[in-house]
Amino acid sequence: MQMPDPDQSVLARKEAIVAGLGRILPADAVISDPAETRAYECDALTAYRCPPLAAVLPSTTEEVAAVLRFCHEQGVKVVPRGSGTSLAGGALPTADSIILGVARMNAVLETDYANRVIRVQTGRTNLSVTGAVEADDFFYAPDPSSQLACAIAGNIGMNSGGAHCLKYGVTTNNLLGVKLVTMQGEIVELGGAHLDAAGYDLLGVLCGSEGQLGVVTEATLRILRKPEGARPIMMGFDANEVAGACVSDIIKAGVLPVAIEFMDRPCIRACEAFAKAGYPDVEALLIVEVEGSEAEIEEQLAKIKEIALRHNPTELRESRSAEQSAAIWKGRKSAFGAMGQINDYMCLDGTIPVSQLPHVLRRIGEMSKEFGLDVANVFHAGDGNMHPLILFDANKPGDLERCEAFGAEILKLCVEVGGCLTGEHGVGVEKRDLMLAQYTPEDIEAQLRVKDVFDPKWLLNPAKVFPLETTETRRAA
Amino acid sequence: MEPRDEAELAGIVADAAAAGRALCIKGGGTRQELGHPVEGASLSLRGVSGITLYEPGALTLVARAGTPLDEIEAALAAEGQRLPFEPMDHRLLFGTDGAPTIGGVVAANVSGPRRVQAGACRDSLIGVRFVDGSGAVLKNGGRVMKNVTGYDLVKLMAGSHGTLGVLTEVSFKLLPAPETAATLRIAGLGDAEAVAAMSAALGSPYDVTGAAHLPAGTGDGPLTLIRLEGFEKSIAYRSAALRDQLGRFGPVEIETDATEVAARWAGLRDARAVSGGAGDIWRISVKPGDGPAARAALGPETVSHFDWGGGLIWARVPEGQDVRAALAGIPGHATLVRASAATKARLGVFQPEAPPLARIAAGLRARFDPRGILNPGRMG
Repeated sequence: MQMPDPDQSVLARKEAIVAGLGRILPADAVISDPAETRAYECDALTAYRCPPLAAVLPSTTEEVAAVLRFCHEQGVKVVPRGSGTSLAGGALPTADSIILGVARMNAVLETDYANRVIRVQTGRTNLSVTGAVEADDFFYAPDPSSQLACAIAGNIGMNSGGAHCLKYGVTTNNLLGVKLVTMQGEIVELGGAHLDAAGYDLLGVLCGSEGQLGVVTEATLRILRKPEGARPIMMGFDANEVAGACVSDIIKAGVLPVAIEFMDRPCIRACEAFAKAGYPDVEALLIVEVEGSEAEIEEQLAKIKEIALRHNPTELRESRSAEQSAAIWKGRKSAFGAMGQINDYMCLDGTIPVSQLPHVLRRIGEMSKEFGLDVANVFHAGDGNMHPLILFDANKPGDLERCEAFGAEILKLCVEVGGCLTGEHGVGVEKRDLMLAQYTPEDIEAQLRVKDVFDPKWLLNPAKVFPLETTETRRAA
Repeated sequence: MEPRDEAELAGIVADAAAAGRALCIKGGGTRQELGHPVEGASLSLRGVSGITLYEPGALTLVARAGTPLDEIEAALAAEGQRLPFEPMDHRLLFGTDGAPTIGGVVAANVSGPRRVQAGACRDSLIGVRFVDGSGAVLKNGGRVMKNVTGYDLVKLMAGSHGTLGVLTEVSFKLLPAPETAATLRIAGLGDAEAVAAMSAALGSPYDVTGAAHLPAGTGDGPLTLIRLEGFEKSIAYRSAALRDQLGRFGPVEIETDATEVAARWAGLRDARAVSGGAGDIWRISVKPGDGPAARAALGPETVSHFDWGGGLIWARVPEGQDVRAALAGIPGHATLVRASAATKARLGVFQPEAPPLARIAAGLRARFDPRGILNPGRMG
């Protein structure tokens, strides 16, 4: 992974910069000891590491503003960080940057059931937002798999989604307003508790900008009343094509499940060996979950069953109880852990039009033979967000490189069939250099213009998202 | 000018940029009154039309910007699907005719009562192609509903009224159309009670897809309306459950006649209650709980109705009245939708922005349309 050379003049001024930060923040909020900054040298993409110049942990929006104003004046790059769970290296530091972590800002500021919103500081974890309202039967809908650990700040940065986004949308669809600190240190409000914001949809472009346009310290989020109940049905098929066709037919019939999960045979076998959930040994497995009252669940499941039967499933298992529901979900939920038991793996995150599913799975199978690496597939079939897991041996020289090359080919395939490079993990540094597979240089240039406006000195979260050659002149300026 | 395709359009924009000639972008011409008047050569998107891809099984539609909305809705209806956000038709309000286009819907981010449940136009929009002010053809997003590849310029384009680029193609995620729908009706509530009833409905587990209130003066008497959509049996169950829950606000009647339900919500969607008569029309967006105070602040001569559970107020006020001044202190924003050019010029159509945000907006405009030729002045 190529990163720009650190700015020697910044490195040379380390002591003065740390002292300057120390004048802005309490002593325990500035971390500059090399032993301690190592904790911030990577996020969940651990293959790439670099200790930052320093890390700061402000406690208020005003402190964040003061830090950014100082860094802007000093020409110091800033890498914002939530909980550091990015799988794309979105919070990877550079040697000449400081990490600005919002972890200490995690309060619930306002809970408003009548208006169905909650206002939180963005260091709060995703699951604990729901935790703050679930006793009153409300929840926050976006549910990334990392929701126990990931912060709302990072969710906004990456526009995170989850298994239930087919019905409830992703972060951008559930975010009503933010308090934003610009790189110049100005505090501004975008949106609010009302449903639509005035002027250009800056909130929309901020969400998913991977921490490159500003630092979000507070968020107003939409909360929803929990459904009365939910229940899954599991079905197995002899061929991926048939399972794919079944997904389409369910959607076309007007049933809108909250989740449609797809697993292929390698994944099913691995999960079964690990979780012993009683999964059948089939080519493709679908788990479809519906919500509503007991009667509504029955009605929807009956419709889904009728559609599934037209596709000759080899297995059809409708949950009748909470225990059976848990058993159906157990294997799926342990998929990533199960694969980790077998081997090292790389988890990809491409999205495809659902109609291309059989074709893409077939091509991945062929490429798997060409590269000599096994692949297991598990994904959100309702929205086409695939997570192929490529197995490799980290101790075997050359395996990682082969794995990366294979991964890039799969992502390019996703783009070729009308999809995209990343559905929910983000570009970060991981897929930065593949951006030209999806966008022309002109398309990228249009995105860079937005960065120019928000962050004219190009100091926020450097060297992410865009291929280095496309940003070179701006970074040098 | 009426280009036949994107390439021809790009040429026209490039020429106009070179000559510094302003363009007034037009779809079906039904919403030209939104925003400030634009002086410039008319550029019609009517020729850039047609559905380019429709995959019912993937809940995805791609269409060229000039495609009439009717054509799209007919194609979706044939497959039992729809645009989730229920776009408003502005013809009644402006007294215009012509065929609204999908590009116009996106340019103004037009949404209807279902916004409370399904989101706004921008929430269903997943991809755009557009020509910027220098004539460059650009794209962002695509045709898959989950996509975090680069910055989301799709959202930026929605509601930018043609000032950052001329839309040529738009992609949407769709939803199945419901088998049936019902309206729950409570008569006689005051504004505060009505908003409390709507909040109770929207905070229930019964998946409400519309919550509106017509105060006295917009019909026979105050009427609070809640919409449910879905499979027939489910509607029966949820209507009954919600009727029980809302009983404390007053007797609840349930309307199930499909034509009646559809007509009622189309009327709410198109702001029928305020559209006739003289006066200026404002669209006010606030937190639902602030709705009653906001309406009260507008004064007794105002004709208005609530949508979005109280969070959206459509108001017709005496000509020239400064609604923003009246609403000072209530968070949200007010847009002057229908008024004379003089009143629009005096009061401004859009809510003034805080200086840093105004600077960002101006910066974006300068970079996407450096010669200032795309709908100049439309957004003020």
